Amino acid sequence: MSTQNRYTVTPTVSVLAVMKARLAGATKGHSLLKKKADALNMRFRQILKKIVETKEEMGKVMKASFFSLAQARYATGDFKHTVFDSVDQATFKVKASQDNVAGVRLPKFEGVKEGADSKLGLIGLGTGGKQIQECRKSFMTAVDLLVELASLQTAFLTLDEAIKTTNRRVNALEHVVKPRLENTIAYIKGELDELEREEFFRLKKVQGNKKKHAEAAEALEAARAGHKGGAAAAPAARENEAANVLATELQDADIIF
Amino acid sequence: MCLFNVKDGFLEAVVRGYKLGLLTTADYNNLCQCETLEDIKLYLTGTDYGPFLANEPSPMHTTTLVDCCTRKLVADWRYLRENAGEPLGRFLDYCTYGHMIDNVVLIVTGTLHERDVQELLEKCNPLGMFDAIASLAVAQNMRDLYRLVLVDTPLAPYFSDNLTSEDLDEMNIEVMRNTLYKAYLDDFAAFVHRVGGTTAGVMSELLSFEADRRALNITLNSIGTELTRDDRRKLYANFGLLYPHGQAELAVAEDFDQIRTAMEKCQPYQSIFSRLGLGETQMLDKILYEEEVRQLINTYEQQFHYGVFYAYMRLREQEIRNIMWIAECVAQDQKNRVQDGIVFTF
Repeated sequence: MSTQNRYTVTPTVSVLAVMKARLAGATKGHSLLKKKADALNMRFRQILKKIVETKEEMGKVMKASFFSLAQARYATGDFKHTVFDSVDQATFKVKASQDNVAGVRLPKFEGVKEGADSKLGLIGLGTGGKQIQECRKSFMTAVDLLVELASLQTAFLTLDEAIKTTNRRVNALEHVVKPRLENTIAYIKGELDELEREEFFRLKKVQGNKKKHAEAAEALEAARAGHKGGAAAAPAARENEAANVLATELQDADIIF
Repeated sequence: MCLFNVKDGFLEAVVRGYKLGLLTTADYNNLCQCETLEDIKLYLTGTDYGPFLANEPSPMHTTTLVDCCTRKLVADWRYLRENAGEPLGRFLDYCTYGHMIDNVVLIVTGTLHERDVQELLEKCNPLGMFDAIASLAVAQNMRDLYRLVLVDTPLAPYFSDNLTSEDLDEMNIEVMRNTLYKAYLDDFAAFVHRVGGTTAGVMSELLSFEADRRALNITLNSIGTELTRDDRRKLYANFGLLYPHGQAELAVAEDFDQIRTAMEKCQPYQSIFSRLGLGETQMLDKILYEEEVRQLINTYEQQFHYGVFYAYMRLREQEIRNIMWIAECVAQDQKNRVQDGIVFTF
């Protein structure tokens, strides 16, 4: 498993340091993204709530508006063309701006009223002017609501997209990048330990060899010295004992390997 | 009077027959029970509207319903007009001049905004059609319009007497419409006086009411707009129960209570306003409609006069409005409001 889900790197100490830095970065990124996703989710829910409220209100307002249109038509007859002809410039315009939520730019629409509508004020002067004005007012609120709803809906869609991307990133970090980095680090550590043990063994072997040579040389020396005198024999025997202990240990190690 | 029946007796009989075809309170009650537009159509098929509604394809709409009903009125009216001698013919024409003014204003404003003439013509009220109406759109500016086209229409004097060509260019279209209407009402009143007899008596009562109602409406609707008092005064017709003192008071009225005080000085309107609660402007329209209908029905109490024709037209129009209201209420699921808009005739 560890061979499959890890980066192909040479197991060295410097690479280990790099990997550790990457893991730290990934963890930090993960927690940050998680926070972002939470913030977005919160906003998402707020917007959803607002959309539901606005839609319900919209239903009511639209119903009332169309009814007031019926009232106006009852009082005036068909006044569609009169209204058409007395309008030459839009008095209600929609302005788009941006709202920033945790780095996600949400489009926001605002209705702006501009210009006077003096010409409309006199519509239906003879009959039904009042109803037409009522109708106009109630459709104005309807348009306001529509703009608000449009703004919310667009924000909703954008936010949905953003949340999906963020969640994908969070999951990718959590389930792909981080395990892989961890595996790589474990692999490098394992390799390094192995190397260390080999080195250690090698060193011991070398030491053992050195000791053997040294003993042989010493024994030779002692033999020569024995010829000279027994005074130095006692310490030499003690040293010989210690070397024997080491030798048996080395024999044990031999058994293991 | 002996000669009335020789000349106009037939048509009077016809119009009284038509009058019997108007929907009654029982009809309205039944219509109010309808659940869908189809039900309304089905019910109306059993009335005088039958032949006009029978062949309408199924997904009904309020506008098609109203169109069908209007066709019935137009057909009746054409029949009357074709069979009328003088001066009844002229009287019938006078009745439709109001619609004609609306049509001319519609076409003129439409042309100024470069709209399609055909589309505009479809929107015109068929009662106010005249032969040259399509050529209205030919005119490029107001002076041409008058010189080439309007001069041939019956409305020419209203234009020439009340509007200069500069006015036509600058004036607000609504002010123009109401100026014309005022001229028309004055002219109509003068005409019925020339006809004389019972017609004059009956019609002057109806026209006075119409003039007063317009004055009231104009005042109500112009509160808070840029229309000056003098301009407002110019739109009131030169007769009616309010003329001249009541109108002078209306002209300076600035809110509903002042209008009320002005109107209550006139005996017949006192009773109307006493039925209104304080500050209830909403119901005023309905009460005025009811008063009008009452007066219109009263014209049928007398014989040998032309008022019945005018009354028939107005009653039918009111009936079409009622049907539209019921249909809208049914279509928009607002059945609790149905009663607010119906003015019962019989």
